[in-house]
Amino acid sequence: MSALDDKSTDASASGGTADPGSQDSPKDKGGLAMLITFIIGLVGSLVVGWVVFPKVLYSTREQPIQFNHALHVEEAGGCDSCHYFREDGTFAGVPTLDACVDCHESAIGDSEEEAKFVENYVEPGIEVPWLVYSRQPDCVFFSHAAHVKKAGMDCVTCHGPVGESTSLKPYQENRISGYSRDIWGYDISGIFKKHEWDSMKMDDCARCHERETGSKGACFQCHK
Amino acid sequence: MKIDRRSFLTLVAGGAVGTALSPLPFKLMDDISIWSQNFRGLPIEVPVPEDGPATYVDSVCSLCPGGCGISVRKIGKRAVKIEGRPGYPVNDGGVCLLGISGLQLLYGPWRVTGPRKKVNGKWKPVSWDQALSEIADRLADIRNSGRPHSIAAISGRAKGTVPGLLKRFVSAAGSPNFFNIPANDDAYSYAIGRMFGRAGAVGFDFENSDFVLCLGSGILDGWGSPVRMFQAHSSWKNSGTKTVQVEPRLSNTAAKADAWIPAKPGTEADLALGLANVIIRDGMYNRQVERGRAFGRLVKLVADYTPARVSATTGVKEETIEKLAAQFAAARRPLAICGRGKGHTPSPAREVMATIALNALMGSINRSGGMIVSPEFDYIKWDEPVLDQSARTGLSASPAGTLTDLLKQAADGSSVQALFLLEANPAYTMHDAGTVKKAIDAVPLVVSLSSYMDESSNLADYILPLHSYLERMEDVPVTAALKIPLVSLSKPVVEPLYDTRHPGDVIIQLAREMGGSISDSFGWDNYEACLRQTFGAKWAKLSADGYIRKSTLETFIDTALTGRMDFTPLAEACANSSGRQKNSKDALLVPYDSMRIAADNIGTPPFCLKTVSDRVLKKNMIYVDVNPVTARKAGVADGRTVTLETPAGKAVVMVNVTDEVAPGVVAMPRGFGHTAYDDYIKGKGVNVNELLMPEEDPVSGFDVACVTPVKFTKA
Repeated sequence: MSALDDKSTDASASGGTADPGSQDSPKDKGGLAMLITFIIGLVGSLVVGWVVFPKVLYSTREQPIQFNHALHVEEAGGCDSCHYFREDGTFAGVPTLDACVDCHESAIGDSEEEAKFVENYVEPGIEVPWLVYSRQPDCVFFSHAAHVKKAGMDCVTCHGPVGESTSLKPYQENRISGYSRDIWGYDISGIFKKHEWDSMKMDDCARCHERETGSKGACFQCHK
Repeated sequence: MKIDRRSFLTLVAGGAVGTALSPLPFKLMDDISIWSQNFRGLPIEVPVPEDGPATYVDSVCSLCPGGCGISVRKIGKRAVKIEGRPGYPVNDGGVCLLGISGLQLLYGPWRVTGPRKKVNGKWKPVSWDQALSEIADRLADIRNSGRPHSIAAISGRAKGTVPGLLKRFVSAAGSPNFFNIPANDDAYSYAIGRMFGRAGAVGFDFENSDFVLCLGSGILDGWGSPVRMFQAHSSWKNSGTKTVQVEPRLSNTAAKADAWIPAKPGTEADLALGLANVIIRDGMYNRQVERGRAFGRLVKLVADYTPARVSATTGVKEETIEKLAAQFAAARRPLAICGRGKGHTPSPAREVMATIALNALMGSINRSGGMIVSPEFDYIKWDEPVLDQSARTGLSASPAGTLTDLLKQAADGSSVQALFLLEANPAYTMHDAGTVKKAIDAVPLVVSLSSYMDESSNLADYILPLHSYLERMEDVPVTAALKIPLVSLSKPVVEPLYDTRHPGDVIIQLAREMGGSISDSFGWDNYEACLRQTFGAKWAKLSADGYIRKSTLETFIDTALTGRMDFTPLAEACANSSGRQKNSKDALLVPYDSMRIAADNIGTPPFCLKTVSDRVLKKNMIYVDVNPVTARKAGVADGRTVTLETPAGKAVVMVNVTDEVAPGVVAMPRGFGHTAYDDYIKGKGVNVNELLMPEEDPVSGFDVACVTPVKFTKA
């Protein structure tokens, strides 16, 4: 017999008996099942979006050498003793080996990391491939001189209390964009920002610029 | 529970809501956009400049004859910006649009990356050794056939050791046929030679003048040393110096002048002589000039140029001529200059001599605020080249009169057997360029020494690619109407990018390859040795300061020069050229120059092209400026496409109807219409040089064409 025949039989049966209760009961059961299914989908995707995704998005690497900022600030002075402005006003950023060698031509302490540094980098004269937490994409033009020299801002405002840290945190690299996690910030939602230095996205620049100068600024100021 | 279609869709709906409530889609979108903006890999790679400390290399710019000092900023090995060199005597920190665009000429895709040989119409890479030895063999064959004088060379520049070495090579091979592409400096030099008995370079003390009469010179459009002229022009605002611009089109210079006199193009000399007429008639001249030879002939000559007659020739009102002459004579330090547009083409001898005479009449020669005549550069003092029998025979043959004559002869395919082009692009820069192309094509062996795949290189049989101006050490002599000419030193700013060589080394190596007396004529190991030896004791100063020049005292010392000048050549030039301007019913095509467009053998880099108004170049079409009266007569409307027809050729252009050009004139920008280089430069507009017929000056022999009759037809 074909399915078509069955259907016609069912139709005639329901039409004949007309019992509403016998139809309600499977419907209720189905509704609950659907709700549970929906919640499974909802919760599952929320877990993926909030917990799994950030873990998958970033790869974690240690810095080539552990570095104690607090100790160096104490010994060498403020940030600008290593992160200085060149004579022409450009910012040197992460110091090159030349700057380190001034003190560390040979090991001056007894730390294992320093010994490693001298052996692997100073002696062969190889630059340390530091992983820079605050490196902006190449399409962004940023002038340290304008902010530090002209506007008199403090390093901490954007970079946080790096000078008080005694070790370098692991570097998390975005697998898609290739940039540091510090740009977007550790809060994956990007909503719950506590400190100015928690993230360094364009909106963060714009917010401060609007507050301090009354304007978010024009595109070409940073995107040349 | 069985998973049916409904429950699956519900699960997906839950997932969608959950995903939307999580940061995943937003964060992912942001990351992907950053990834795409900084894409690395094929087919597009977003260029990322290297970061690091900046270094500066000082050199000089040789993209135009202006000779500005430049300071090139480098990050790592890459040059990233060209700036003006502060304190440099020519430009004191200033730089022009073409100057800063020079990096595109260095890194642009129009560079020739290695020696090339044309095989069956296609370029094949060859090694330097192979190219040089094949060329040497061909030259040896020509010499052995007893026709060494059929070897010729055209240099883009006249002065300096590199053109000097090529001239020496051609002489040693036995040919008198070395030519440079002439510029107005050459016309001045010729006129000085005739009028003062000894060739000299002409400079002007613009900074101290109080009245400047420009006979067509675009002092804000690239004439002389452009940055210096802009700086001088700015200083005039404070000093109250007046300028009068004689030019058929309201150029930037004319727009900024105190008066604009749109005389009929090509009648500038008549106007100058008309002014001289009024000045002598009213006795307003400096008496010192009477001591000059044949002053009587000058008086007699200008007597014919009455304001009424000059007015009829030039189209300038009589009272304007009278007023201008009075103003010019009343100024304390008046100055008259000529050289149309950028001055990269020679003006007629009559016009140049009339300008010099006008300055002489006011005592404005070799004085503050006047015209300064200084001796020609004489620092190249090499021994005579060694000549063998073949060379001696060849050199005794009479040379082709002018460059135009040489190319005329070349067209027959046998008079010129070999042609060297040294950073010269005659197939583009010379008038009636179409015929020039055919002539070059007819020469059996054409060797182009150039950094770029320009129009002439395209016609060559071999291209020997050169270091660009930012990759080589070379002396750059600068006249460019400077008060005191100087010799500057170009230094390598970056390491050569490609398999190129220094032009001096190429010539020396080719001489070695030729062997015999030609090799003996080049005793230097390499070009640098030649350069050091040429400057001898002055080398240390040249390489330390980047330039050497005479002192102000040495330049101004000959104040009695006016008393020794001779006006006979001017009278002769007038006798030979009178009636040159025929009244024609057709409109006159006049080329014009602009700071935004490179002329000469340099292709306008994209940086410059971007600044050109869309009323000059729109898409791939250029506009010509036409006065409303002329447009109405010709029946053409603003924005229309028309075909221009001159005795030399035809071109399709668009019409810009404007009051900023005199009636009867069709003004066309110079520097467009390249057919070589690359996609960024070629195919934009029309080359005005293809529409102008060459016009040999009856006295100096230079091609002085500046205007040609033109007909419109609606396209």
